[in-house]
Amino acid sequence: MAAPIKSPGHVAAPGLGGVGDSALRPDGTLKVTGEFAYASDLWIDGMLWGATLRSPHPRARITSVDIGPALAVPGVRAVLTHRDVPGRGTFGIDGADDQPVLAVDQVRHQGEPVALVAADHPETARRAAALIGIGWEVLEPVTDPRAVVADPEGLKVQGLGGIARHQPIRVGDVAAARAAAAVVVAGEYEVGIQDQAFLGPESGLAIPAEDGGVDLYVSTQWIHNDLKQIAPCLGLTAGQVHMTLAGVGGAFGGREDLSMQIHAGMLALHTGRPVKMSYNRQESFFGHVHRHPAHLRYEYGATAEGRLLFADVEIVLDGGAYTSSTLNVTGNAASLGVGPYEIPNIRVDAYGVYTNNPPCGAMRGFGAVQACFAYESMMDRLGAACGLGPVEIRRRNAVKQGSRLATGQIIEAPAPLADMLTRLEAMPMPPERDTSDLRGLPGGVAQTTHGEGVVRGVGYGVGIKNICFSEGFDDLATARVRLEVIGGEPTALVHTAAAEVGQGLVTIQAQIARTELGVRRVVIAPADDAVGDAGSSSASRQSYMSGGAVKTACEAVRAELIALAGRRAGPAGRVPGDLTVAGGRVVSRSAGVLGTIAEILGTEVIEATREFHHRPTTALDPVTGQGRSHTQLALCVHRAVVDVDVELGLVKVVELAAVQDVGKILNRLSLEGQIHGGSAQGLGLALMEEIVVSGGLVRNPSFTDYLIPTILDMPPMRLDILENPDPEAPYGLRGAGEPPTLSSTPAIVAAVRAATGRPLTRVPVRPEHLVTT
Amino acid sequence: MRVTFTVNGSEETVDNVWEGESLLYVLRERMGLPGSKNACEQGECGSCTVYLDGVTACSCLVAAGQAEGREVRTVEGLAGGPDGSDGLAGDQRLGPVQEAFVEAGAVQCGFCTPGLIVQAHALLERVPDPADAEIREALAGNLCRCTGYEKILDAVRLAARRKAAAE
Repeated sequence: MAAPIKSPGHVAAPGLGGVGDSALRPDGTLKVTGEFAYASDLWIDGMLWGATLRSPHPRARITSVDIGPALAVPGVRAVLTHRDVPGRGTFGIDGADDQPVLAVDQVRHQGEPVALVAADHPETARRAAALIGIGWEVLEPVTDPRAVVADPEGLKVQGLGGIARHQPIRVGDVAAARAAAAVVVAGEYEVGIQDQAFLGPESGLAIPAEDGGVDLYVSTQWIHNDLKQIAPCLGLTAGQVHMTLAGVGGAFGGREDLSMQIHAGMLALHTGRPVKMSYNRQESFFGHVHRHPAHLRYEYGATAEGRLLFADVEIVLDGGAYTSSTLNVTGNAASLGVGPYEIPNIRVDAYGVYTNNPPCGAMRGFGAVQACFAYESMMDRLGAACGLGPVEIRRRNAVKQGSRLATGQIIEAPAPLADMLTRLEAMPMPPERDTSDLRGLPGGVAQTTHGEGVVRGVGYGVGIKNICFSEGFDDLATARVRLEVIGGEPTALVHTAAAEVGQGLVTIQAQIARTELGVRRVVIAPADDAVGDAGSSSASRQSYMSGGAVKTACEAVRAELIALAGRRAGPAGRVPGDLTVAGGRVVSRSAGVLGTIAEILGTEVIEATREFHHRPTTALDPVTGQGRSHTQLALCVHRAVVDVDVELGLVKVVELAAVQDVGKILNRLSLEGQIHGGSAQGLGLALMEEIVVSGGLVRNPSFTDYLIPTILDMPPMRLDILENPDPEAPYGLRGAGEPPTLSSTPAIVAAVRAATGRPLTRVPVRPEHLVTT
Repeated sequence: MRVTFTVNGSEETVDNVWEGESLLYVLRERMGLPGSKNACEQGECGSCTVYLDGVTACSCLVAAGQAEGREVRTVEGLAGGPDGSDGLAGDQRLGPVQEAFVEAGAVQCGFCTPGLIVQAHALLERVPDPADAEIREALAGNLCRCTGYEKILDAVRLAARRKAAAE
């Protein structure tokens, strides 16, 4: 069958710009004109619309299913239940396989998919789905994750548990250190459920293929990992599912797990017609996993001078009913649980557990965010107990190159945390409060104060994030680069399966190709499965991994171009190392310019496909938590200045300043956008973003009630970006997307604490935590 | 039902519209104009912002029938026209706000971009040289999840300068 009328296409990178330049997005023009084909924009003649019936209960047995009333609706073409799943009934990521395609005999969270409908019109499909008769036997949900840690066998919500993962870390002798400590401080913290809240809803188009398979156009973060899960469930071979990345409207971890992929495939195979599915916002809140909520209990001891002696930590992460990425999130929370500080004695117990609360998995920061709020709150607490300011207590304990993390891993690359803090502290402060324009005060345009009851505070936060996949995973990326003359101009075609989710990977790929091949014109092919695995657009890894793969493939193409020029040059071209590509020409050191790239290439086409791997990592020891588990570590530090109306409990973030070490700036414009955007999501977690759950039920699945920062909430930002290269990484770069999401949250909360004197042990901070009366 | 209205300068008629369909749905699914986006479909995010008789509105909150006989302008109608070259890819010249969004780095995933461009366009029509506080107030109904808004502010300031220089 034909491709959809509106479908993802090649994008040509405009103008110039190699590595280090602020090149513009190749898809920018399409995006500002409305032409860019997002997953929900796809359209093909004769397509049906799919809808999903979801569980209204967090935990219930299914006693009967009656699809008759739905089938009787005019315009309905199919109604499917778990009995219609053509292949495997379950799927999952990160090695898990416990998520039902459609619920079989029970549901374990609100919103779990139960049945599917395809109809001529989306509203017909939705109404028909609501007519499916389900007999429910409602069960008492398990909703307290700490109770599961205490009684994992008694509170199992599914066959696997219980506890999904317990990762301990044991370093030194905590009991002895506690006895020797001059200062001991303790705190308990809570992190609410944050949602990725990407704006492009889960959507896609499934088209039956001539080979009996299915063509899928969907928005995802990892095409090849989707395929591994989809094909067995559809009863197809891997080769029968063809996947192309449709335009992705943001991801932030929320598209690592499958949403509508298998469902749309089932409906398309069943009806023999193309099927489009597109969630509305309410369904989107139930259609993807969220950031794990966490309970964190910390105790720190130090010398009288504020040098850390021990950390004793328990972290409980609620993963909801199915595994998703809970195993790796728990691993991250453990290995990064005490942050970038030197601590000689450490005991950490990180638990990821199953409950009937909303399912949780990957979100920007991935386990490190929750721990960061707690360990940074602890650093402020310790500083206060030792009579040291927030910058000094951090500087005294900061890691540096050569330091040992909690896992025993030595930081091999530069990690100038103390210097970053000094730079941050020295950055100019924002102007004093200006009460002449009330819009700048807490309450903003609502004009709730003229400045009375408003107090200013300043706070600092530090975060450390692993870059790329960890704990022994064989992390790889693949790129195919093709060089040929098109219309008289040498053109590089870059083809990967890497997901452009908004982060600007397509821009970076074009810059790398220009730098490595000396060409001006670069075309980026749509990401699909016709080229090898790129790995996920997760863990801030694609500049490193797919960037590394594009670089490596370009080097192979360049070597072939030089060999071609050498053959043409005769004996002069056979001197090893004599030829280089520079300024769009192939140049011989001994014989001068051999010709332009176009002249050398002629009608030849040079193509190379290369895989890129980062240095192997190791698993964490299951008992001691020791191991070289991360390939790269990245630091970001934030300073927040806030004004708080202590009478109304309203906060205005006045300014955020950040210092981040990125190793090498590939594209400053794009990088700044990552730091701004990451900081904004951290601001959201600090002050407003929470999926409110009671009894396993989500109370606010809409943008009316789940608040994300608007342009009125985000303050101006000051950035200081450092380039201390990591010799192991392509161009020395360090992944940059996640670190700012870690440190902005504790910085803002610390600033609010400084303004109010309140302890503030949970995020998001609520107005009732701030008012004095 | 049948609905007839003017969209981006030309009169269009669509048949078999179900009465519950929004203007956004008709634009996206029946008129081949998916530039206006479906991020929340409940009037909270601004991604579906269009001009309705010259005033910006969330097209997801307008019933298709309410557009009968009226003038709608979408992000697809804001480009400068088919002639001229801007040095960028594509076959149409960008309007100054569109151009500024690309150049200032205000576009990441881009799903909020069409709505923001329509809203920023309306702001600059009304206030040619807005202060930052005015820009923030005007764009407060448009959610962006990627950029943290800093580059969006840059883009609106740049577009204002460009428009002033061109006039």
